[in-house]
Amino acid sequence: MEGLVTQIQGLSGTASDVLSLQNLLKQADDSLHAESTRLPLFLDQLDPSKHSLGYLYFLEACTAGPVTQELASSYVLTIARFISSCVTEQIRLAPDKFISVCKRFKDQVLLLEEPLRGVAPMLTAIRKLQSSSEHLTALHPEFLLLCLLSKCYKTALSILEDDIFEVDQPRDLFLFCYYGGMISIGQKQFRKALELLHNVVTAPMSTVNAIAVEAFKKYILVSLIHHGQFPTNLPKYASSVAQRNLKNLCQPYFELASSYSNGKIADLETYVEANKDKFESDNNLGLVKQAVSSMYKRNIQRLTQTYLTLSLQDIANRVQLNSPKEAEMHVLQMIKDGEIYATINQKDGMVRFLEDPEQYKTCEMIERIDSSIQRLMTVSKKLNVMDELMSCDPLYLAKAGRERQRFDFDDFDNVPQRYNI
Amino acid sequence: MDGEDDISNPRMEEMCANGIVGVEDAPSSSTSTTERKNRPIISGEQLDIEAYAGLYSGRTKITRLIFIANHCDSTPMQLEALRMAYDEIKKGENTQLFREVVQKIDGRLGPKYSMDAAWCATVERKAEQKKEKLESELNAYRTNLIKESIRMGYNDFGDFYYAHGALGDAFKSYARTRDYCTTSKHIIQMCLSAILVSIEMGQFTHVTSYVSKAEQTPEALDPPTTAKLHCAAGLAHLEAKKYKLAARKFLEVGPELGNSYSEVIAPQDVATYGGLCALASFDRTELKNKVIDNINFRNFLELVPEVRELINDFYSSHYASCLEYLGNLKSNLMLDIHIHDHVETLYDQIRSKALIQYTHPFVSVDMRMMADAFKTSVAGLEKELESLIADNQIQARIDSHNKILYARHADQRNATFQRVLQTGNEFDLDVRAMLLRANLLKHEYNIRASRKI
Repeated sequence: MEGLVTQIQGLSGTASDVLSLQNLLKQADDSLHAESTRLPLFLDQLDPSKHSLGYLYFLEACTAGPVTQELASSYVLTIARFISSCVTEQIRLAPDKFISVCKRFKDQVLLLEEPLRGVAPMLTAIRKLQSSSEHLTALHPEFLLLCLLSKCYKTALSILEDDIFEVDQPRDLFLFCYYGGMISIGQKQFRKALELLHNVVTAPMSTVNAIAVEAFKKYILVSLIHHGQFPTNLPKYASSVAQRNLKNLCQPYFELASSYSNGKIADLETYVEANKDKFESDNNLGLVKQAVSSMYKRNIQRLTQTYLTLSLQDIANRVQLNSPKEAEMHVLQMIKDGEIYATINQKDGMVRFLEDPEQYKTCEMIERIDSSIQRLMTVSKKLNVMDELMSCDPLYLAKAGRERQRFDFDDFDNVPQRYNI
Repeated sequence: MDGEDDISNPRMEEMCANGIVGVEDAPSSSTSTTERKNRPIISGEQLDIEAYAGLYSGRTKITRLIFIANHCDSTPMQLEALRMAYDEIKKGENTQLFREVVQKIDGRLGPKYSMDAAWCATVERKAEQKKEKLESELNAYRTNLIKESIRMGYNDFGDFYYAHGALGDAFKSYARTRDYCTTSKHIIQMCLSAILVSIEMGQFTHVTSYVSKAEQTPEALDPPTTAKLHCAAGLAHLEAKKYKLAARKFLEVGPELGNSYSEVIAPQDVATYGGLCALASFDRTELKNKVIDNINFRNFLELVPEVRELINDFYSSHYASCLEYLGNLKSNLMLDIHIHDHVETLYDQIRSKALIQYTHPFVSVDMRMMADAFKTSVAGLEKELESLIADNQIQARIDSHNKILYARHADQRNATFQRVLQTGNEFDLDVRAMLLRANLLKHEYNIRASRKI
């Protein structure tokens, strides 16, 4: 064991040394696990910022066993320090070890019931582990979970803003998008939430999974809040499993959506009241309530299309609010949120609806459009590259070739029999 | 009696104006006489059943009377209609309808209009005999294989069934004559018979197909037949709720129709149906060109001055009087066997059209004046306008405070910018989601492939 420590200390310098060290450590892995109780002593002899790879193996081995609360608090400190000081190149040689250490770290933080302590180290860990910002690591969902539990939604947004394309494990993506959706909902960024949840619902899957079902429930509700409607069918590219089963598993939510589309607020409220238990047991009651109140907004927005001025009393009548006062509050809130453009004349109790003042003439707008165009160009370039890669992929070609042979013999005729004019 | 005389004079004039010779009997309580009164029957006052029935002949007269009896509220009118239906049926051989009507009368018209079992028995016995005779005749024709005779045989059968109310059998018999038609004239005859029966049965899909069949043999089409076919096609389109097509067909009906198609439709009906459908579905230029400037159709409109007036009012934007005419006509139109289902829809469409036309030329409209023009309250008008704006039929916004309607001109430039940004966003989302899915699929495939190895 002592020999191993000296070798770690000696072989942590250059890249080639580190590679040979990794081989050594791989062979010693089993014995390390066997002697996990003695390891904490050796840990002190290693410097995490220099001997990151060795330190990682030791740490992984010694945290493998069951942990008590006291032990956990000391481990949390050690791991957090390791994560912040370790060398990126070295830990990327053993991503599995690093991931399992970080996952244990998360478990221990949760055991201590202090998820907040895990947020910052986990973010560092992700940044160190991922090869590019498009890469989804196994730590992404763990990080988002910690953020959710500690209510650090803002920190999570920095991760959610990255476009994810490369995925190691589908499960990671499902969880990442689901948690990300919840965080975006918490931040009232419904567009983002919708996008993330949409990814879960339409992702290719061979069997229905619980994550997708829960995501679908939230997807329906967010869709109602954001768009005011929910299309009854999933898009064609969603997997057939999802198309067939999700609807049956989320029946109350579908009924809610159809009740919403009727536009009668009283009906919707009675329906929600009747099915309160179901929504509550899904932990979705809050979202359901938001959906209900979004209906008022939707109706007020519709009025702006028709009216130039309208008294608060009339608004209250048309939107089925109890009093002009309540209508005023709704209109005020919507003006504040930039959802409608209007002025309230309190003397006469009249609301004057205005047109969208945006004239699309400012420099900012041009810049916005320009950046949007740039972005689209990069995205479509990526799509082209992907397409080329795909059409050169031997696996794909083999599969496509096989299928073609089966279905279409004409393509293999080397002498054309006749020409179609 | 004085009142009666007063009315009879204008009737005479109109009759002459229409060039139809009619014999005016002294008004009597007996209604067996089929007075041909071409007085415009659809008017504001209560429907004059006698005059109305006079416009029709054959089976449709009976069914129309029964329809009125079923749908009108006043008992005297009901009984009047039933009495006339009773008399009319007695002249024919339809025992089935007879029983139905007697049951409806239910002894309310005295012993004279009770169940006449003896008559039924005689008619039925005669019918039985006739049927046997026809059958043996037809069999003889068939053994001789003379096409024309077989056709006649089937045709007689059709007539026979039709007279006795077996419409399905009648239709089949008429349809069978088709194989034995040798001249185009025969084909037209077959089509007309089939159309007649189909209309009675309410099978308007058959009507359309037989009309088009008849129109494919143009050499035998004389003007009255063409007019009849147009009427039938119009009715079929009306039933199918294709009001624009119906209006076009009715507008094409030539003046040769006269009273020749009284077993289906009266010229007055052509005017009413055509006029209302045209109002509901045509735009202003089409209305002007095809209805108001249409000399042909003007003759029809003369028969129903109310419809003529309301179309002119509509065109010259006197909406209040137009709507008033419509309101007066409504109760009688509800008693019409063909149009009653469509009255509400047509009226709604006409009203929305009027509202849209009213607002169209203005930048701002005072809703109080508009409400006056439409004889409605400002609040009611606001509701109507709101729904029209919500349907995007009027591009305007309501100033509810000052009760003014302002036209709204969509800013193309801003709308384009908005759409561009939105499309860009959607594209962005779609592509990213697509890339992600593609990666997942690839991943899944790789796993499967690696498992295989």
